[in-house]
Amino acid sequence: MVLKSLLRATVFASSLMMAGGVFVSPALSEVVYNRGNSADPESLDPHKTSTVYEAHILRDLFEGLVMQDQNADLIPGAAESWTVSDDGLVYTFKLRADAVWSDGSTVTADDFVYAFRRLEDPATGAEYASMLYVVKNGEEVNTGKMKPEELAVRAVDPTTFEVTLKAPTPYFLEMLTHQSSYPVNKASIEKLGADWIKPGNLVSNGAFTLAEFVPNDHIKLVKNPKFHDAANVKLDVVNYFPTEDRSTAIKRFEAGELDSNDDIPTEQLADLKAKFGDQLRIGPYLGTYYYAIKMDKAPWDNVELRNAVSMAIDRDFLAEKVWQNSMLPGYSMVPPGIEGYTPALASFAEESQIDREDKAKAILEKLGYTPEKPLKMEIRYNTSENHKNTAVAIQEQLKPLGIEVTMVNTDTKTHYGHLEQKGDFDVARAGWIADYKDPESFLGISRKASGNNYSNYNSAKFEELMDKAAADGGKPELRLKDMSEAERVLIDDVGQIPLLYYSYKNLVSPKLTGFDENVMDVHPSRFVSKQ
Amino acid sequence: MVMYVLRRLLTAIPTLFVVVTLAFFLIRIAPGGPFNQERGLSPEIRANIEAQFGLDDPLWLQYVNYLNNLAHGNFGPSYNLPDFTVGELFATGLPISVQLGAMALTLALLVGGMLGIVAALKQNRWEDYAVIATATAGSTIPTFVIAPIIQLVFGLIWNLLPIGGWNDGAWPNKVGPVLTLALPQIAIVARLMRGSMIEALRAHHIRTARALGLSDWSVIVKHALRGAVLPIVSYAGPAAAALLTGSVIVETIFAIPGVGRYFVEAALNRDYTLVMGTVVVIAIFTIVFNLIVDILYAVVDPRVRYD
Repeated sequence: MVLKSLLRATVFASSLMMAGGVFVSPALSEVVYNRGNSADPESLDPHKTSTVYEAHILRDLFEGLVMQDQNADLIPGAAESWTVSDDGLVYTFKLRADAVWSDGSTVTADDFVYAFRRLEDPATGAEYASMLYVVKNGEEVNTGKMKPEELAVRAVDPTTFEVTLKAPTPYFLEMLTHQSSYPVNKASIEKLGADWIKPGNLVSNGAFTLAEFVPNDHIKLVKNPKFHDAANVKLDVVNYFPTEDRSTAIKRFEAGELDSNDDIPTEQLADLKAKFGDQLRIGPYLGTYYYAIKMDKAPWDNVELRNAVSMAIDRDFLAEKVWQNSMLPGYSMVPPGIEGYTPALASFAEESQIDREDKAKAILEKLGYTPEKPLKMEIRYNTSENHKNTAVAIQEQLKPLGIEVTMVNTDTKTHYGHLEQKGDFDVARAGWIADYKDPESFLGISRKASGNNYSNYNSAKFEELMDKAAADGGKPELRLKDMSEAERVLIDDVGQIPLLYYSYKNLVSPKLTGFDENVMDVHPSRFVSKQ
Repeated sequence: MVMYVLRRLLTAIPTLFVVVTLAFFLIRIAPGGPFNQERGLSPEIRANIEAQFGLDDPLWLQYVNYLNNLAHGNFGPSYNLPDFTVGELFATGLPISVQLGAMALTLALLVGGMLGIVAALKQNRWEDYAVIATATAGSTIPTFVIAPIIQLVFGLIWNLLPIGGWNDGAWPNKVGPVLTLALPQIAIVARLMRGSMIEALRAHHIRTARALGLSDWSVIVKHALRGAVLPIVSYAGPAAAALLTGSVIVETIFAIPGVGRYFVEAALNRDYTLVMGTVVVIAIFTIVFNLIVDILYAVVDPRVRYD
């Protein structure tokens, strides 16, 4: 009897050890969500981050004035309500009384004043400081022309936070869902300096708090019992695993080591679909894959020529054959999926590829380019198997029309360094993912003054319509119409060559609920539960 | 001997200095910088960030500052992982890489050495051919093929090992990476051992020992092995330096938080300080292991003396 129970105890203990050996040792009753995230965050300081990998984690750790739910719809966050002045310039946020930091102190309007100033303070060196350039004096503070104290934000009283904008900005609330406008804890930053984001130090106000961060290994978040909606948070632990090797991530998912992963090796898409069925979720994501075209130099300054190139590219082929349908053919800079906005598609979007090729050929012949006397075009792209295959496909498509494509492949830093320093090129690969659900996010990058305007697109008409849209900020419908017209101008000018719209590609275990699909690919862990 | 070691360590300082200087300027010749990315930054914002890291100083001043910090043991902050200093990244990652590398090296020397001896003793018989065939396969199949096969077979099909992750160093998580690191080394060590053992067995003193009627065991272990092991020692030095500082392929595929990945990632990210850190670490490992090899030579081979 004694022997038997001893044996049983040993078996139990060793199986426990084995289970503990394979996963990040969960206690038996805990609900642990092992979440694959394509990369480690650069930083956990909301003011020093820019990528979606950080956004996933910070959304769990912090709570901004407003947040997104599992459908990426706007919901109240640290602010329970807000009002906007009639001129659309002054936003007054009423903070919830039960909003507290993980150290127990209350989240106050002063915390937001501090955070907004910190983002704009040049000494912070915030990559995303430009997000709050819409706030009055924001740009002036960030460029050192004014002091941080002059930023137009103030605490009316401990629970009332007021922001004054430079101009009416209807997407301001959407912008506030971005991590750059999350509050940070003044007391701990002042006390700990750069170490404030370390595990054990980090004071946050979201549904989870930081327990461990081992770079390239895992980030462990635990439920924050002080969070105002803690009663509805179903998970005890969220482990973020950086899954840089997509193939390994798939195997880890299959073996149950991961409950979800946010990317897949697209070249295996057909096999993965067969293997995982409903667990593989693919759908439209607010992002555009495009080629910038150097339009301030010959021969690319000719709109007809640019149009012929754009027209001749078979986007269906790119989407189906090169990207295995993990991307959709794209004919506009603003992808579909923004409510109330109609993207301006290229005029040839509805024509058959054969007609388009004939037309393009006629234009090229008229300009004196034939397969015997071809036009030379260089495509620059950053290292990636798919970017290469895309360029190679385009090279083949353009060849019979009398365009001889050569390719230059450089690593990502070299590529964007070259583009930003306005280096010479003909055509260059670029991509844009929305920071907030508004067409402005996609059209702003083609404005004359934007650092992302690699094409050097410069159109008075486009600028005028974009300015008009900004002025019409108080009238959302009119504003969207202005922007659609602006996009029409941009597309007809072939200021950029949109090629594809991005898709999200998630692997989600059937054990998870609340990991819902949306165009922003936003999945706050606080709404996720696991069986 | 002590003088010799001291002298070698002292000459390492100018070597390190040259390596650091070359690396410092070479990485800056590469186009682009740590803050070039898909999302362009306005010149003002980039200036703010660069000022934060002292990247707005003239290059010579940055170099002087870097040397000064380095002399104080400070590798500086990582530009692309600003939550950590380069020192912290190595403090967490290096022990992991060293551990896996040391296990793989030990395994390679033991298994490879034994296979080599067996092949040499059974020269031109099936045992020999089997070892040569395995060794050739082992050194020609790249690790990025071996690693996924191990994951597939042991992880998914037989469910014996986890697919990846470090998991605080639990032993099942180490098996795959260690095997993957060790296999090509086993192959190399086996071939080296076979060659040098065959040669050693033909030496005059071995023939004499045999003629004197010493047992096979005594001849092989006491007399032949001592001479045969020298090529392995020369090989193991640089191999140890490479293995202990991690492998980018193995660490990426098995999701191991070692330092091997930094060699590639840091360079691609233009994370200057992290690049410099990796260069210094590799240089130190290479210098130290070459020194160890030379000392071992003197221990193993009575003909070698350093005084």
